Amino acid sequence: MAREIWKWLGIPLIMIAIAAVIVIYSVNNPTDSIVARMLTYERVFRVIREHMGLLLVSMTGAIIVGVAGGIMLSRPSLYRIGRVMETFVNIGQTVPSLAVLALFYTILGLGFNVAVFALFLYSILPILRNTFAGIDGVEHNIIEAARGMGMRPLRILTKIELPIAFPIIVAGIRTAIVINVGAATLATFIGGGGLGDLIVTGLSVHRDMIIVNGAVIAAVTAILLDYLIGKVEERVVRWA
Amino acid sequence: MEQIIGVTGDLFRTAANLLFLTAQGEDVEYEPGLFRDTVDWISRRSDMLLELMLEHLWLVILTLIIAVVISVTVGIIISYYESFAQTVLGVCQVLMVIPSMAMLAFMVPLFGIGFTTGVMALVLYSLLPIVRNTYTGIRELDPAIVEAAKGMGMTERRILFKIKIPLARPVIMAGVRTAAVMMIGIAAIAAYVGAGGLGELIFSGISRGHQPMIIAGAIGVSIIAIAFDYLLYYGEKRFSVEGRTKEG
Repeated sequence: MAREIWKWLGIPLIMIAIAAVIVIYSVNNPTDSIVARMLTYERVFRVIREHMGLLLVSMTGAIIVGVAGGIMLSRPSLYRIGRVMETFVNIGQTVPSLAVLALFYTILGLGFNVAVFALFLYSILPILRNTFAGIDGVEHNIIEAARGMGMRPLRILTKIELPIAFPIIVAGIRTAIVINVGAATLATFIGGGGLGDLIVTGLSVHRDMIIVNGAVIAAVTAILLDYLIGKVEERVVRWA
Repeated sequence: MEQIIGVTGDLFRTAANLLFLTAQGEDVEYEPGLFRDTVDWISRRSDMLLELMLEHLWLVILTLIIAVVISVTVGIIISYYESFAQTVLGVCQVLMVIPSMAMLAFMVPLFGIGFTTGVMALVLYSLLPIVRNTYTGIRELDPAIVEAAKGMGMTERRILFKIKIPLARPVIMAGVRTAAVMMIGIAAIAAYVGAGGLGELIFSGISRGHQPMIIAGAIGVSIIAIAFDYLLYYGEKRFSVEGRTKEG
């Protein structure tokens, strides 16, 4: 049991420890007064909190809307729209994240909410596509068999289509999270705060210590989230 | 180069003027709007826009060449040394997960501000898709083909260059396409650390609050990305068709 827990938490704990050591060291031994003023525990925590806020709000919304939308589009009546949607989603995913954030800034202005909205819309795309593709990929025979057993469409959806499509949906969510974590560091350019704040501050005052702190925390957050989702994905695949 | 910029700039300006006129309609009073401002700005600064676009493309293409050479070599090496493969792919995976802004930030203390930093970060980013696709492309080959080549007395080097790489080429191309599209987006962010390109328009537009500039930059980057995606998609298709006809 203990070994099992270590297997899950070993790498995350080591990474958090490394990041913590770097932050504590830099806060206690600033190279000069500018670093001392810019790099405090309050600021680091505020930035992390903002980053998590960006991620949580946009991802929760994107998962709900993406999965619901994917299910809706896979229904026979909307199937055609779903096919068209796939093309648009592919084009939309090609658009770089910075361009998306910048375009939303021109339409909606600056701020945390605008950043959350842009991230939300951007991370819907992979989830929507994978949900649609996952349900679309369920073999026709299986659904026929279920219908033959007298199952209603809703039961077919919840008992057959969703469980079979589940690994693909989770893969879509993982892609979305990786994209979202990367794009969230750019939110600072449109006033959304987050870990990008530290990096940008460090770049503009030319203090490597601040830059490295911001980059380390951002990288560790991203790797941790990806790792955890990867573990969940493994579980799901094994279970399915 | 100068001439190309000049001629294309003129074409651009004419097209923008046409758009501008149609948008204006006949004798409609000039109303400043975002769309019109943007078209106006593009028609006035088309030279700068083109120059930045070429800079962006230069950054992406140069990096792509470096990345393809490194990644394909690494992919081929790890297809021979099975025990390395998982470690190398794992490291590449972690590199790709790191947010692009953080990656650029790591590069700044090491390489300073400028073009090199952008190139380094982009090369690190594009490792995973190309290495992974080279590796899987070679591993997934039908072992019978390699056996047949061996039976014909081909040396290992000839098998690699005459059999493995040509047959894995469509898969490698798919990886290159993924990498290229990703790179175009990250190259825009790299403008923040002085790598140049269309990202400059976005960043200076944001800091000046000049919206036409932002829109021109953002749409320019998106168009480049979508165009690259399509071009490489057709390239990919051609390569795979070629492979099939030679086989059959």
